[in-house]
Amino acid sequence: MIAEIGHAALWLAAALAILQMVSGALALRQAEGVHSAYALYARPAAVVQAFLAVLAFGTLLYSFVVTDLSIKLVATNSHSMKPYLYKLTGTWGNHEGSMLLWVSVLALSGGLLAFAERRLPERTMSATLAVQGFVAIGFYAFLLLSSNPFERLPVPALEGVGLNPLLQDIGLAVHPPTLYVGYVGLSVAFSLAMGALITRQVTPDFAKVMRPWVLGAWVFLTFGITAGSYWAYYELGWGGWWFWDPVENASLMPWLAATALLHSVSVLAARDALRTWTIMLGVVAFSMSMLGTFLVRSGVITSVHAFAVDPERGTLLLVLLALYIGGSLTIFALRASSIAEGKRFTATSREGALVFNNVMLSAILAIVLLGTLYPILTEAFDVRVSVGPPYFNPAGAIFAIPMFMVMAVGPLLRWKDDSPARIQPELAILGAIALLVIALVVFIGDYPLLPVLGLALAAALGVAALLPLRGRKLSRVPTATWGMVLAHFGVAVSLFGMACEGAFTEERLAAIGPGGVEEVGGWTLQLESVDPVPGPNWTAIEARIAASRGGGDPVILKPQARNFWAPTQATSESALLTTWDGQLYAVIGDAAGVGADGKQRWQLRVWWKPFVTFIWYGGLLIAFGGILSIVGRLKVDLRTRKAARVRSQRAIEEAALAEERARPKGVPEPAE
Amino acid sequence: MSETETADTASPPPINRLWVWVPLILFAGFGALASFMLTQPKDEFVHSQMIGKPLPEFELPAASPDRPGASVADFRDGKPKLLNVWASWCLPCIAEAPHLEALRAQGVEIVGIAIRDRPDDVALFLDRYGNPYTRIGADDLSEVQLELGSSGVPETFVIDGEGVIRHQHIGDIRERDVPMLLEKLREAQ
Repeated sequence: MIAEIGHAALWLAAALAILQMVSGALALRQAEGVHSAYALYARPAAVVQAFLAVLAFGTLLYSFVVTDLSIKLVATNSHSMKPYLYKLTGTWGNHEGSMLLWVSVLALSGGLLAFAERRLPERTMSATLAVQGFVAIGFYAFLLLSSNPFERLPVPALEGVGLNPLLQDIGLAVHPPTLYVGYVGLSVAFSLAMGALITRQVTPDFAKVMRPWVLGAWVFLTFGITAGSYWAYYELGWGGWWFWDPVENASLMPWLAATALLHSVSVLAARDALRTWTIMLGVVAFSMSMLGTFLVRSGVITSVHAFAVDPERGTLLLVLLALYIGGSLTIFALRASSIAEGKRFTATSREGALVFNNVMLSAILAIVLLGTLYPILTEAFDVRVSVGPPYFNPAGAIFAIPMFMVMAVGPLLRWKDDSPARIQPELAILGAIALLVIALVVFIGDYPLLPVLGLALAAALGVAALLPLRGRKLSRVPTATWGMVLAHFGVAVSLFGMACEGAFTEERLAAIGPGGVEEVGGWTLQLESVDPVPGPNWTAIEARIAASRGGGDPVILKPQARNFWAPTQATSESALLTTWDGQLYAVIGDAAGVGADGKQRWQLRVWWKPFVTFIWYGGLLIAFGGILSIVGRLKVDLRTRKAARVRSQRAIEEAALAEERARPKGVPEPAE
Repeated sequence: MSETETADTASPPPINRLWVWVPLILFAGFGALASFMLTQPKDEFVHSQMIGKPLPEFELPAASPDRPGASVADFRDGKPKLLNVWASWCLPCIAEAPHLEALRAQGVEIVGIAIRDRPDDVALFLDRYGNPYTRIGADDLSEVQLELGSSGVPETFVIDGEGVIRHQHIGDIRERDVPMLLEKLREAQ
């Protein structure tokens, strides 16, 4: 019964999406300022639809929690013996559930937009809601027609099949929902961009409306990517933090586009420039979200994340993609030339720097996109290739390095026009820092080029990020500026972590028995014992390793090789020892035969990764910078709105007073 | 509206705006590629390296009280057999149960290996969906399954009279697979 309520809610939500689209579109036929009777329905339709979609998701959550095995999705993805938390996260650890989450977030952000946004011109708002409804219809149709999460089994299953053990992890509890909020939050930016394009209202005011949505989605994407990277790092047990896997790229591409968008929307808001460019990025950002969803869900790409898929779904998704991305890009191409270019600026200005970095971000986006699609392209000609770090790292660096350099300088430049001579001292300092770091690292040892450049850029960027605060009273610095400083500093911190990991990581692979000793990166590791341990739905081989450094007290590390039995799969649980200057990472592998001393030996893989944690600290700083920025913008926004209200109130009062004064004194009101 | 209109007339006329078509053209290229790839058949199965080789050595205890366990020796009696890897917790196994029954009715001898199962569940499953097996071994740790080169349940192997693996069928047996498996068994004679 509960599942049927969810199913019905989903159909109702789909119907409301149609109402929202029709109402919004019909309202567009009226000229601006003329009240349209049709426009009445769009907002409430969006709000109620959000409630219904969330209700549908809630019922699916409930079905997973009580392990209702008469529902096909639960039976194929859950198991009665699974720990409670993973029953819950199992809801979105599968195709149908995650698509329902996707659609729920879409409806929720549309509802929030309809409920909260009152500043846009009414026509633009109608167009925006129509587009949002149009996008929602497609995904409701996809869900209801080809991926119904509430499908019942004719006969309830005896026991569920279980959830992929790799997904039975706390990282999964937060990582996909966060990413989805980010992906789908960009749908609002998309709808707003299309709405403004349709009504040709690409103005700074429009940019101010769009900015918090872009920032919000971007913050969630940043959190999601950071969490996902850490999850892959400790759960896959390969010691890496980014694998250029298609599924990871699918999350990185919208982030790159959203980063570019959030900078260009700021230029539009502050300077009324980059109108077409901002609109295009708005379209591209959400297109990347949808493209990513397609790549992950259609099965055209094989990835370690291996989602089971069927071609029918892929075809449906492709049709939706053609409709939305193709449609919006067509409207963009037709309309863009009728949008005026906006204000001009010189190359050496803050806009100039932002445009340069926008182009660099877009270039990196193109590189990642090409690398992700290339295997599909060659497979069409029957050649199977895999594109990995040897392509992505250098190709990305070509554009990332100039981007980081300009990023250091950009915030120091003035809007509209500036001369490089004005910031010469700062440039000299930053250049000196970078060169000093390069000299230092080259002096210490022989390291690969990219990490060395990364270290130099990180140092220069870290200092440069703080420069906008120089000479200002810190308590008077606007919150949004703090946000920018924090986010840029976070990039430097993250870059530092990546470069350190790339340059200084030490790795040992050993086959040792209990009592054996291994050394890595100044640490002494002694394998004390290897024992089987039972878990709730797995059994594992667990190693006890005593790790010590510089004669300090040993710390016990316990890496495990787990065997899950529902479904059967082996995973490795790495053991991490985090210190202020890095992480010790240990993984236990298979039994490696019996040693000369007659003891059983085990494969042991250990890494010492100096400052690797800074990668994720940086990611968190970037996201917090984004939050500060939203808070700052909203604060200013509320203040100006209040001021405007007070001003208009005063104007009314003054007008009334003037009228009062103008009236000749002593003359009585004319009698009726 | 009026504000943009005036801005329109005030700014210099657009010179070269052909770039606005670039994203659409790129996307069209992607769409063509993706739709081509979606129509391509894809082989996602992990085929066993053991085909053509003798069965690995194993001896499994009985998984059900009314059938004996299974060992390699059972396959060396000169008669081709089917080796069915299954589990009571496996949904496709329910789907293939009637087709296994059909094979049994044609005189095929089917040896089952129950993966990570409990005796009670096995009994309940056989009670409900029929029991086409002559023997059922209990592989509680998937050891034999892994040695067979099987990556999931259900899978069915055609074994000849000398205990050599002749064919691997991945996934549940559908109705159309029954004649094919009978043909493979005949070839294995």
